Amino acid sequence: MHKVIIIGSGPAGLTSAIYAARADLSPLVFEGVQPGGQLTITTDVENYPGFPDGILGPELMDRFRKQAQVFGAKTLFENVDRVDFSSKPYKLYVGDKEYETESVIISTGASAKLLGLESETKLMGFGVSACATCDGFFFKEKDILVVGGGDSAMEEATYLTKFASSVTIVHRREEFRASKIMQDRALNHPKISVMWNSEIVEMYGDPAGKGLESVDIRNIPSGEVNNLVTDGVFMAIGHKPNSDIFKGQLDLNDAGYIVTSPDSTATSVEGVFAAGDIQDFTYKQAVTAAGSGCMAAIEVERFLEGH
Amino acid sequence: MSEFTIDVNEDNFDTIVINSDKPVLVDFWAEWCGPCKMLTPTIEAIAEEYKDKSSIVKINVDDAPAIATKYGIRSIPSILLFSKGEVVEQRVGAVSKEELTSLLDKTIEG
Repeated sequence: MHKVIIIGSGPAGLTSAIYAARADLSPLVFEGVQPGGQLTITTDVENYPGFPDGILGPELMDRFRKQAQVFGAKTLFENVDRVDFSSKPYKLYVGDKEYETESVIISTGASAKLLGLESETKLMGFGVSACATCDGFFFKEKDILVVGGGDSAMEEATYLTKFASSVTIVHRREEFRASKIMQDRALNHPKISVMWNSEIVEMYGDPAGKGLESVDIRNIPSGEVNNLVTDGVFMAIGHKPNSDIFKGQLDLNDAGYIVTSPDSTATSVEGVFAAGDIQDFTYKQAVTAAGSGCMAAIEVERFLEGH
Repeated sequence: MSEFTIDVNEDNFDTIVINSDKPVLVDFWAEWCGPCKMLTPTIEAIAEEYKDKSSIVKINVDDAPAIATKYGIRSIPSILLFSKGEVVEQRVGAVSKEELTSLLDKTIEG
């Protein structure tokens, strides 16, 4: 029986591991399918306090992990695929293996949203990507598209100009919601152009052959559909919370985020806490995730003392 | 690097991968790829477990871009499983140890 199990290993999960380990709770961390979380697919992190020269996302997360391990947290490269919070002790499952725990911190974060096309799923990794920093390298001197209109779309488009010969941003509206500085950086770049009021409605290509070859783009006001030859499509249309395994076990809001009490990380089940992007649909920063991870660990400590 | 995985580049690719008489699992990766790092412990565990039955190979795409291009790699981590010089299975992105070992078992038995 564990005192506390932490699901997820981004800034929220690993900060809660640091605090829980220092409180002698011997936390067990399941790192999940993306150890280190979303920062491991970024490049420079320039807004995390304490690093005036910036730091690489994967390196920052290595440091978080080491700091948790120094104080005795145990981290496993495994993914929890099922939970049972219906009775105590709570049960977590990795395949057929069962773990029992008195309390849980959920910090499973968010992952990139996709358009939801069947062809998109089929071509993911074969010309369709949700990670510019992972896959940009393979699009040297290619013509590619970036879908989205927020800061991450601007950042990906600008980053991809290092490799691609042209980058076209496909956006559903006639203006971006990205911050002014990020928009300017993208719009003033000679390799970047924009298709406003447009959306991708189909993708063509063979994963076993050349991969993605073209897409159908619909002009939203006119409804007209045109086929466009392209080598790659990078998705940057926001994120969705990774809360599927908690459906029916915890209260979630309409968008799938775990609902927590005001000024707390407590969920609808006693002894189960949630921290970071899985419950934060407002700020979504590494430093706010770390802050709520700390809150969750302190709340776990108090919960265990009371029992 | 691990003692059980083999680093392969453009010079030794044919010898170690194409001409191997055992199945060869190839992990395409790069230093700058965060998700590749998370796959490393899985690959190393498999390499130790399967050291007698297959070769587990790592290819750094920065050192061997021609091989990455030849096999149409557009995303890493990418795993290719070779048997008798041909690609028999391919997986892109996060993949579990169980999935990889079942691919290996199937290919070894086949």
